[in-house]
Amino acid sequence: MKKLLSFLSACVFVISTAPVSASEGVQLMHIETNLKDKATLQEGAKIFVNYCLNCHSAEYMRFSRLGKDLGLTDTQLKENLMFATQKVGEPLHTAMSKEDAVRWFGVVPPDLSVVARSRGTDWLYTYFMSFYKDESRPWGVNNLAFKDVGMPHVLWELQGGVAEPQYKTEMGADGHEHKIIEKLVVPKGDLSDEAYRQKQKEYQHAVANLVSFLEYMGEPAKLQRYDLGAKVLVFLFIFLLISYLLKKEFWKDVE
Amino acid sequence: MNMLVALRDWVDARIPLMSTWNDHLAQYYAPKNFNFWYYFGSLALLVFVVQILTGIFLTMNYKPDAALAFASVEYIMRDVEWGWLIRYLHSTGASFFFIVVYLHMFRGLMYGSYRKPRELLWIIGMLLYLALMAEAFMGYLLPWGQMSFWGAQVIISLFGAIPFVGDDLALWIRGDYVIADATLNRFFAFHVILVPFILAGLVFVHIIALHEVGSNNPDGVEIKKGPKGNRWSKDKPADGIPFHPYYTVKDIMGVAAFLIIFCSVIFFYPEMGGWFLEKDNFIPADPLKTPQHIVPLWYFTPFYAILRAIPDKLWGVVAMGGAIFCLFVLPWLDRSPVKSIRYKGIIFKAALAVFVISFVALGWLGTQPATPLLTNFARLFTALYFAFFILMPLYSVMDKTKPEPDRVTYNH
Repeated sequence: MKKLLSFLSACVFVISTAPVSASEGVQLMHIETNLKDKATLQEGAKIFVNYCLNCHSAEYMRFSRLGKDLGLTDTQLKENLMFATQKVGEPLHTAMSKEDAVRWFGVVPPDLSVVARSRGTDWLYTYFMSFYKDESRPWGVNNLAFKDVGMPHVLWELQGGVAEPQYKTEMGADGHEHKIIEKLVVPKGDLSDEAYRQKQKEYQHAVANLVSFLEYMGEPAKLQRYDLGAKVLVFLFIFLLISYLLKKEFWKDVE
Repeated sequence: MNMLVALRDWVDARIPLMSTWNDHLAQYYAPKNFNFWYYFGSLALLVFVVQILTGIFLTMNYKPDAALAFASVEYIMRDVEWGWLIRYLHSTGASFFFIVVYLHMFRGLMYGSYRKPRELLWIIGMLLYLALMAEAFMGYLLPWGQMSFWGAQVIISLFGAIPFVGDDLALWIRGDYVIADATLNRFFAFHVILVPFILAGLVFVHIIALHEVGSNNPDGVEIKKGPKGNRWSKDKPADGIPFHPYYTVKDIMGVAAFLIIFCSVIFFYPEMGGWFLEKDNFIPADPLKTPQHIVPLWYFTPFYAILRAIPDKLWGVVAMGGAIFCLFVLPWLDRSPVKSIRYKGIIFKAALAVFVISFVALGWLGTQPATPLLTNFARLFTALYFAFFILMPLYSVMDKTKPEPDRVTYNH
């Protein structure tokens, strides 16, 4: 038993040191998503179709599945989420043609169906929180999580403006001083302190909803598999107990 | 009932039904002292069956076409009834196949199951391991993600290191100048027909060979050489018990325990934090965009680390092949008078511990970027890995062993 425990703890250690992944550089912010809350997912879906779907597609996700999982009727789907699509059985196409995309952005914006699985929710949250003003870029913005990002900050209105970087100077390893971004500050404008704080909070909330939705869309089965998994495990523990008793009974013969 | 018996006898007169049942189950006498480590053989068979069954259902909806493959996997994950479960059973099954097989092989190392008269049994097992690696490698191309594509690109380019014919050979394997639709199609054919067929054949021969020589046990003593006579038969080994029902019921218990762990992963951690399903493989294959780090799945990384530890590509490939070849000749490297670790001395125990640490460390290093520091560590562990085998003819003789008992030890 001791050997088994030490073996298992070694496994846990190895698993916790995950293999290298693509995200590096910026320290990622952490987000707790909530897939059980339908209102969260509905809100996220709304932001997605209003802001993302204009340029990005989500070809592997169908509106009908969305409606079923998020508790929306076909009419609700058509009135609130479907702008460029006619039938609920269709997937989330983008309104933009590939030719236009290449003309405007230089590339076709990637499909976002499984983006939460390739990037991870923490990265996505950080990404939406890390746009900042950079006049040297074609769209006037850059991103801390995605250097020289090719898209504009489409959620700037929700955020209450585009954040401005505040720099600090730091001595680099090469003995020269470097200007590095210390933090990003969204201009307050003529908002009161209270209204400004409220606006920032609302934005964080909106991004959290969007990221929760993206996580759901990356793997709709996530809504089922936890509950089903618990039932399967209960069954297997009972099965283990019965098979143990069976084995014990038979092995009484063995001296 | 009489009808059923008559039917059985009718069949038995035409094919060896009863004698097969008896020879391999009801009257196959296995040592009674199997411990925890003896579950993994039957579990490997279980995972093999799971892979075949889930594989059949996956092929019903998967499209082996570079333009459709990635989308068809997502179609299975979303639109096919229970498709997500079938796919996770298969993807998790692949990793668990290796977990179970590595533990099964480690059992062999500990108790000397490769020693005479089981040399051929061990070699057939090693051939199974090779076939399993080929199966996993080709299966991993099928989802057509970035890691599928670039992993295959890197591994196939290794053939290019072979002098004179290398580049042509790599081209011949791929069927194109890069990994492409032609490669995907042939890998699909190999993955679903050729290699499973070879695996099934080797499993059959592995079991036939096992039942010919009889199972080893944690004490490493031959029950066939011991006294005869037990409560089931007077001319069978005293320390043997019929495989069925004693080990079938015990293995069913093992199956239950295994399924608890297996299903926990399937339902709660199917990606296993990037170890079983890599993040980058959720990006469709893009021949124009090389990922920053190309990492094979965990079960290949020990050998990948050995490959990268050698500065020269050809010698790296030779070392990688050598690392597997060493396992093949193991039966002739071990010259200890005893089989089991229970009666071997401190040198073997230390050597085995160093070997396990090296293998796991190489496995981890293979997943990391090859920085100068980590590469030096990979070289150290590569040297230790080979030292375990190359020095074995010496230290297995020098080692101070304990006398083997005449009978197996069995504590009720």
